Amino acid sequence: MNIVVCIKYVPDAQAELTFNESDNTTDRGVEGLLSELDEYAIEAGLKLAEAAEGGVAENTVTVLTVGPAKAADAIKKSLQMGAHAGVHVSDEAIHGSDAVATSLILAAAVKKIGSPDLILTGMASTDGTMGVVPAMLAERLGLPQVTLASELTLEGGTVTIRRDGDVASETISASLPALVSVTDQINEPRYPSFKGIMAAKKKPVETWSLADLGLDSGSVGLAAAWTTVESFTKRPPRAKGQIVTDDGDGGTELAKFLTAQKFV
Amino acid sequence: MAEVLVLVDHVDGAVRKTTLELLTIARRLGEPSAVLVGPGFDAAKEVLAQYGAEKIYRVESADVTDFLVAPKAEVLAQLVAAASPAAVLIPSSTEGKEIAGRLSIKTDSGLITDAVDVQAGEGGAVRTTQSVFAGGYTVQATVTKGTPIVTVKPNSAAPEAVSGAAVEQVVEVSISEGAKGARITDRQPRAATGRPELTEAAIVVSGGRGTGGDFSTVEEFADSLGAAVGASRAAVDAGWYPHTTQIGQTGKQVSPQLYVAAGISGAIQHRAGMQTSKTIIAINKDEEAPIFELVDFGVVGDLFKVLPQATEAVKKAKG
Repeated sequence: MNIVVCIKYVPDAQAELTFNESDNTTDRGVEGLLSELDEYAIEAGLKLAEAAEGGVAENTVTVLTVGPAKAADAIKKSLQMGAHAGVHVSDEAIHGSDAVATSLILAAAVKKIGSPDLILTGMASTDGTMGVVPAMLAERLGLPQVTLASELTLEGGTVTIRRDGDVASETISASLPALVSVTDQINEPRYPSFKGIMAAKKKPVETWSLADLGLDSGSVGLAAAWTTVESFTKRPPRAKGQIVTDDGDGGTELAKFLTAQKFV
Repeated sequence: MAEVLVLVDHVDGAVRKTTLELLTIARRLGEPSAVLVGPGFDAAKEVLAQYGAEKIYRVESADVTDFLVAPKAEVLAQLVAAASPAAVLIPSSTEGKEIAGRLSIKTDSGLITDAVDVQAGEGGAVRTTQSVFAGGYTVQATVTKGTPIVTVKPNSAAPEAVSGAAVEQVVEVSISEGAKGARITDRQPRAATGRPELTEAAIVVSGGRGTGGDFSTVEEFADSLGAAVGASRAAVDAGWYPHTTQIGQTGKQVSPQLYVAAGISGAIQHRAGMQTSKTIIAINKDEEAPIFELVDFGVVGDLFKVLPQATEAVKKAKG
């Protein structure tokens, strides 16, 4: 079985994110890392490979990312966790790509990797947080979309998930090949072991350009985006509020505030 | 005037408030046409008419409702091709965003998600406002290609009652085999809490690590205010409260009139889900907790002492 896990290198959520003044794109100058939500997808892939017949010797997990040179760090972390190989699509022309273009590049890269049995993704990136790329990728590849899994089982070529929605919890199943996205409820991602860190250094990583994928540079990037950010405004800091220490009447004070603000 | 398609969010014809907001927004851009997928037409028709739907596309095929996301995107793509709408408005739920994503690819159209405002711009443009980077920035954006597809967050408009013709149009769908790959084999409705839905609620009261797993005090306070109950990631990860109630970067983003954080320190992951709330209150034992940087009113103290007292006072004030 061949599993591809799509991952993203994102700006650290602890850093203060901002825009590039020149073109209204996300400033990626801050420290970055593997998107935390993608670790769940990597863990899910590794678990499936380990459990399948032949184990990790015969079932491979390849991580795939689209991003700048520094995105190699995200691949490195994935390999340290246990993934077998990495593919990094990197090209100057990709800067400013929207979700539509990202899914186009990912789809082309998945096809070049081969025909995986399973494509795994996180539920959303922690920077853009749109959560649409998995659906777009399934659409482009013509694969069953089995998304937002909080539980995942694979048996006899059929993948089954539990998807927890606001009004119902659903069971969804599909035949492989399929695209599955997972939530942060599905597992506890492992930390790289010392052995894993050493082994990662010898694992293969391929770097592909758009030309390697047969994609025209004009079909991606900021100029090709189907949406445009016209302007951005920093949210003003919140005014310092009133803070009281509870000396036995904190609840009463709280209720007074609610009444004064007409919430009661 | 061009149609504006609104995908109706409903359960068996019980239309959710977000749909009324979307119909109101749709009127700024053109003539609202509701797209009702699944059973419940008779129940839904009346309320859709009351909020200005000129047309209701009725889609009831089991081919659409038995499979995840893909068939709904196919139905909308068929309607986009047939009606050439000025825009497609979809609720910003997880499913809504997935439908929108597929529709965007199918129709070669730009997609904007999580809009908190949508207005008509010059020359038929659709201008949206979103809150990004954990609520740190507000951006204005437009779609520059195809039919604007916009997913809209709850509470983005005040629903305005305006009567619409609500002309029924039954849609005969032909769903491709490819869109029937992910079958829904079981559906367990969530037990009703009797409280408002988190993302729609005017008031949200959330509990975190400080509850120690006992949410009863938080729930009683929430009920005194008619509020929804949320939870921090720490509380959800500990198994104290359902994942569907998680507020934060990896959960729901809420923007109510009033947000009360009880026993929540206010890490960036949590702030990302609530810091655009109008008024913020926190109760925390630790006066150094970062949540206090955001509050309009804060109480440094034990939530198990402060909240019950506040609950009593609120009940008394309400009579």
